[in-house]
Amino acid sequence: MAAASPKKPIHGVMQWVDERFPLTATWKAHLSEYYAPKNFNIWYFFGSLAMLVLVIQIVTGIFLTMHYKPDAQHAFASVEYIMRDVPWGWLVRYMHSTGASAFFVVVYLHMFRALIYGSYRKPRELVWIFGCLIFLVLMAEAFFGYLLPWGQMSYWGAQVIVNLFSAIPFIGPELSVWIRGDYVVGDATLNRFFAFHVIAIPLVLLGLVAAHIVALHEVGSNNPDGVEIKKLKDAQGRPLDGIPFHPYYTVHDILGVSVFLIAFSAVVFFAPEMGGYFLEFNNFIPADPLKTPPHIAPVWYFTPYYSILRAITEEFLRWGLIPFLLVYLAVVWLSRTRPLSKIVATAAVVALAVGFLVLDAKFWGVVAMGASVLIFFALPWIDNSPVKSIRYRPTWHKYLYALFVVVFIVLGYFGVQAPSPIGERISQACTLLYFAFFLFMPWWSAMGDPKPVPERVTFAPH
Amino acid sequence: MTLWIQRLVARLAPAIAAAALIVAPAASQAAGGGYPLDGFPHSKLFDQGALQNGAKTFVNYCLNCHGAALMRYNRLTDIGLTEQQIKENLLFTGTKVGDPMRIAMTSSEAKEWFGALPPDLSVIARARASHDGSGADWLYTYLRSYYRDATRATGWNNAVFQNVGMPHVFWELQGARGATIEEIRAVKDDKGATTGYVKTVVTYDNQGVRSEATEKVDASAHLHEGSVMRLGPAVGGTMTQAQYDETVADLVAFMTYMADPSARTRTRLGVWVLLFLFVFTLLAWWLNREYWKDVK
Repeated sequence: MAAASPKKPIHGVMQWVDERFPLTATWKAHLSEYYAPKNFNIWYFFGSLAMLVLVIQIVTGIFLTMHYKPDAQHAFASVEYIMRDVPWGWLVRYMHSTGASAFFVVVYLHMFRALIYGSYRKPRELVWIFGCLIFLVLMAEAFFGYLLPWGQMSYWGAQVIVNLFSAIPFIGPELSVWIRGDYVVGDATLNRFFAFHVIAIPLVLLGLVAAHIVALHEVGSNNPDGVEIKKLKDAQGRPLDGIPFHPYYTVHDILGVSVFLIAFSAVVFFAPEMGGYFLEFNNFIPADPLKTPPHIAPVWYFTPYYSILRAITEEFLRWGLIPFLLVYLAVVWLSRTRPLSKIVATAAVVALAVGFLVLDAKFWGVVAMGASVLIFFALPWIDNSPVKSIRYRPTWHKYLYALFVVVFIVLGYFGVQAPSPIGERISQACTLLYFAFFLFMPWWSAMGDPKPVPERVTFAPH
Repeated sequence: MTLWIQRLVARLAPAIAAAALIVAPAASQAAGGGYPLDGFPHSKLFDQGALQNGAKTFVNYCLNCHGAALMRYNRLTDIGLTEQQIKENLLFTGTKVGDPMRIAMTSSEAKEWFGALPPDLSVIARARASHDGSGADWLYTYLRSYYRDATRATGWNNAVFQNVGMPHVFWELQGARGATIEEIRAVKDDKGATTGYVKTVVTYDNQGVRSEATEKVDASAHLHEGSVMRLGPAVGGTMTQAQYDETVADLVAFMTYMADPSARTRTRLGVWVLLFLFVFTLLAWWLNREYWKDVK
């Protein structure tokens, strides 16, 4: 029966595999014949670094799971057991705790790169959407993971965030009980957060990362000049300004990885607490449901959004946000927007304004915090600039981006600090600026005279 | 060939390690009216003798009411003790050298006797850190800031931790001291202008007897509102103040070690990791440069 099939000669293992699985084809499509623009700069390291940190988190996480006990009675002690009695446990744990912060550092820088070079714009909208979803899922992953050490900050941070859901009208209180599985954060909460942290969320995360990369490789990478390298090709159909990802960007990224690892190791080995910002001091006290700490702050990477949450007061809704929305509405009406859009915008502003007066400020705080993250999804459709890259935008656009960065950092700073009247006012001003940056982008991005965009990328051979 | 590197590292390691341990929560003065923290002498962390002395003090004075259940006795080999020495000097009867540092008192007994469970001290040196100073600074100041206060059930109070539940366990060593708390309040008229000040001085003598004196100060003195606490000299102890400071510093060094026993291994290893990465980065840079020569 075997004799019935025609015998083809087999040249080695690779051919045997390739006839059954597109190994060589995949290698070519994503590495050796994936053409990336040759003018990547320092900002382009952070994508591969995010990948590295993801691997660090997964590998260290697996080893931590072998010794950690998701049980309210034992969780805190089991983390210290890892730190003291498990061989190299301290290293694995510090890599994981530092990795959490490092993840947000590289992801924020990666997102900022996309922002300034217009990497989210056509045809890369889906790359951006997948990226935003990764960011959301990453926040969930960090939040669930932060409960696991079962220290005071873990416990009360989770309590505060889960309580936010109780601000949702009608279903809120029942919803928050359903999330916790108890009336307070307890053993049931710890167990389900553990399940989410080690299996549910990482699965989603890996799927999204795969989709992000597949989508990117389908359309090709953007670059600091924001020109499409696929427009100009050589006789073989290769982009003139493209170089194969492997070996050029693999050796390039190895250099990036080694510099990153120097910074990462400096923290892991010499300052794992990072002055109380990576590992909060209060979290060395075991969770105590009867003792509320005087000042509860989330870890640094959540603080810009936390600031926005805290900035929303009843007073601010009336005298800050309603006037802000009216100004927005005036701009919509004065602009050449389609009449239907004008009506929709008016209806939305009226509904929000009524909502501001009727519903609790706490609820609107949660809405504003959510909106401040979700608004990133809209970027591909609200940026109307004729050019992609900041290099060819009018100079004053650069100042707006700089202002946005300052606003983000100031919000982050006040999110770490205990509440104060001055901090509240500054956070409110920054909240308005934060939303103004996005909401008015359809107009300001189209204003000013862009500089001429070159045909080909700017590149000086090394 | 590698010998000089080893020597260099051996020489640099303690300095780098010390810098790293001191780094972020550098000893600074407490802001916002808290009692200012004294800087803990960090060199103690690298002094085996001090750590061993601290361990002895810890076992003799602290480990009766406080546990350190996350720490095993035989881990003390880290600080230069042999298992034999640990068994002979530090173990209570019936404890094995591999056991954690637990206490016999149960939490219900503790609640009955003290009103609250004395906290486990395994990681207290990390938990007590704040942006005002490291946990070591806090402990070092706290253990040296007890004063007599007869209004408290224990007869003691503490400048760093007001109305603390724990009595002064080292009183025989340090002796007793009093305290003076000077508080200045501004007196304002209807328009909010300062018309003068009230200065209240509360004094606790060496027996803890409280006395209070109030005086009015003219507005022209331009005083700052707030309160300042000063501790009197300790008398009647078996140690001088300098000896006592030394004992507490040794104890705090031990507690800092105990809160993160791998810290010294970590910083020593970190130097090697960074050295490797610097070399690796050079190679990566060179490899990258060679490949990118092709890109025109």
